[in-house]
Amino acid sequence: MTVLQAASISQSFSDKQVLNKIDLRLDEGRIYSIIGPNGSGKSTLLHALSRQLKPDAGDVYWKEHNLYQLAPKKVAQELALLAQVNDLMDLTVEQLIAYGRTPHKSMFQRLDEDDQEIIDEAIHLTKLDSLRKRNVSHLSGGERQRAWIALCLAQQPKVFFLDEPTTYLDISHQLDVLEIVSRLKETRDVTVVMVLHDLNHAATYSDEVIVVREGHIYGQGIPKEVMNQEMFKEVFHVQSDIYEDEHDDLLRIVMKPLKK
Amino acid sequence: MSKKEALRDRAGWKGFIVAVFVILLVISTIFSIQFGAVNIPLKDIWAALTGDIQSDFQNIIWNIRIPRTFVAILVGANLAVAGVLLQGIMKNPLADPYIIGVSSGAGLAGMIVLILYPHLPHILTPVAFIGATIVAFTVYGLAWEKGIAPTRIILAGVAVSAFLGSGISALMVFYSDRVQGTIDFMVGGLSARSWPQVEVILPYSILGILFAMIGIRKMNLLMLGDRTAKSLGARVEWIRFSMTAVATLLAASAVSVVGLLGFVGLIVPHTARLIVGNDYRVLLPVSIFLGAAILTASDTVGRIVFAPIEIPVGVIMGALGAPFFLYLLRRKMV
Repeated sequence: MTVLQAASISQSFSDKQVLNKIDLRLDEGRIYSIIGPNGSGKSTLLHALSRQLKPDAGDVYWKEHNLYQLAPKKVAQELALLAQVNDLMDLTVEQLIAYGRTPHKSMFQRLDEDDQEIIDEAIHLTKLDSLRKRNVSHLSGGERQRAWIALCLAQQPKVFFLDEPTTYLDISHQLDVLEIVSRLKETRDVTVVMVLHDLNHAATYSDEVIVVREGHIYGQGIPKEVMNQEMFKEVFHVQSDIYEDEHDDLLRIVMKPLKK
Repeated sequence: MSKKEALRDRAGWKGFIVAVFVILLVISTIFSIQFGAVNIPLKDIWAALTGDIQSDFQNIIWNIRIPRTFVAILVGANLAVAGVLLQGIMKNPLADPYIIGVSSGAGLAGMIVLILYPHLPHILTPVAFIGATIVAFTVYGLAWEKGIAPTRIILAGVAVSAFLGSGISALMVFYSDRVQGTIDFMVGGLSARSWPQVEVILPYSILGILFAMIGIRKMNLLMLGDRTAKSLGARVEWIRFSMTAVATLLAASAVSVVGLLGFVGLIVPHTARLIVGNDYRVLLPVSIFLGAAILTASDTVGRIVFAPIEIPVGVIMGALGAPFFLYLLRRKMV
């Protein structure tokens, strides 16, 4: 079932056309990776889909509703965004995560036992149990990223957007983040949309990749269909060797600079 | 987990810490009523308050000390709340009520009245208030472009303030013979402030603080960053606009009554942050009581150290508050 749909959305920033009449459909319970070179419009597309930035033209639909005509709070009960950059917070891990319950509470309503259970589960899923009373600003980069992810999980979204969630993390923490995301899809049927820079991560962890080039969708589909030598050459300007791993059936991509 | 964090986490801590600052305010209020050109024994204050007309100090207490203390409390609270809101909205530790042009607006408008229309002292407060509000909204308008970026509003505020500041300087140069009468207004003072000033500021204090309290949760969300706040359903632009408006009215009403009293709006919120952290549920009430207490205490000190000469509260605030703040800053760093 289609949960999110973009209908001919366009966006420009001071004369530069960043998105150009993009059409897109995202189905329930799948993991999508948006890939593309710098400045191709990946993050802008993510922001348009997650109600962060109303596009200049075109519409985004959440199921049958126009996303930008729904109340922000209503949308926040369905969609969550992990921002690319998050400030240091003078809060404990648990306090930070508790903010995820905000969209489900009225203005003066306090958190109850059900909320606490949801918060505990988010903490557990992100393996932060032993750090729950620790100040967020004292955590390592990887722990901090997990804490912000847990905040989004406590929001109990149907669609989870992640804007370059692995940037600045070392490899084991990158994989931690991606494993959490893929477990989420399996256990809760959450639709995941993430902007990724690492193309091997995109090939490994996505059901579908969305390739963006100069504000257009270059291609969308399962990694094996979309990620081929021609695409890497045309979109990323690199030469590539692509192997299929016989154990897990996944793609392994080795990239080299394009021969002049 | 550090000791401080453990303490902060303890139930009842919030109530306790707020109570401490309430007590601080009560003590400084009693001192402010008690000490001055004449010192009034506590029993006479009690007698005056309970309506025992035999007290000789009845007049001093009811018409001078109490209203003046009242003005100090309200001005201190207003500036502190305005500062604590603006620091959160602008995400800038240097943001204070003056960054949005409130002081330069009130300053130029006030100087025009004091220098060009010295025979109309009663219009000083309303004119200064209007000047402060107009300039603050002008700064906001200049910074607007599909929303407000904190950096833009701070830069616009600095530029507009510099522009109006040159106007103030020009007035002082052209009418140097009349500058003497403007000093109290320019440094901020509580001398001769009484019930009329209470009437001016009280409605803004009540409404402003009420709206600020309604905004507590929203201010906490803003702290998480614009994108996360939006993702959690907050209307970020609306929160920025409405809370800036609240801060403007609080600060404008304060400066129109006591003049360009700097410092409170910057130092009090920071001191409160250093002590209680960034959660607005505690930060806001603590800022209110701390701002009120510091201004009331500073004014009392200004009245008694060189009595019968009064030192404007703005001078005392700077002289005592700044070193204290630096002390707190160093302590936190170690």
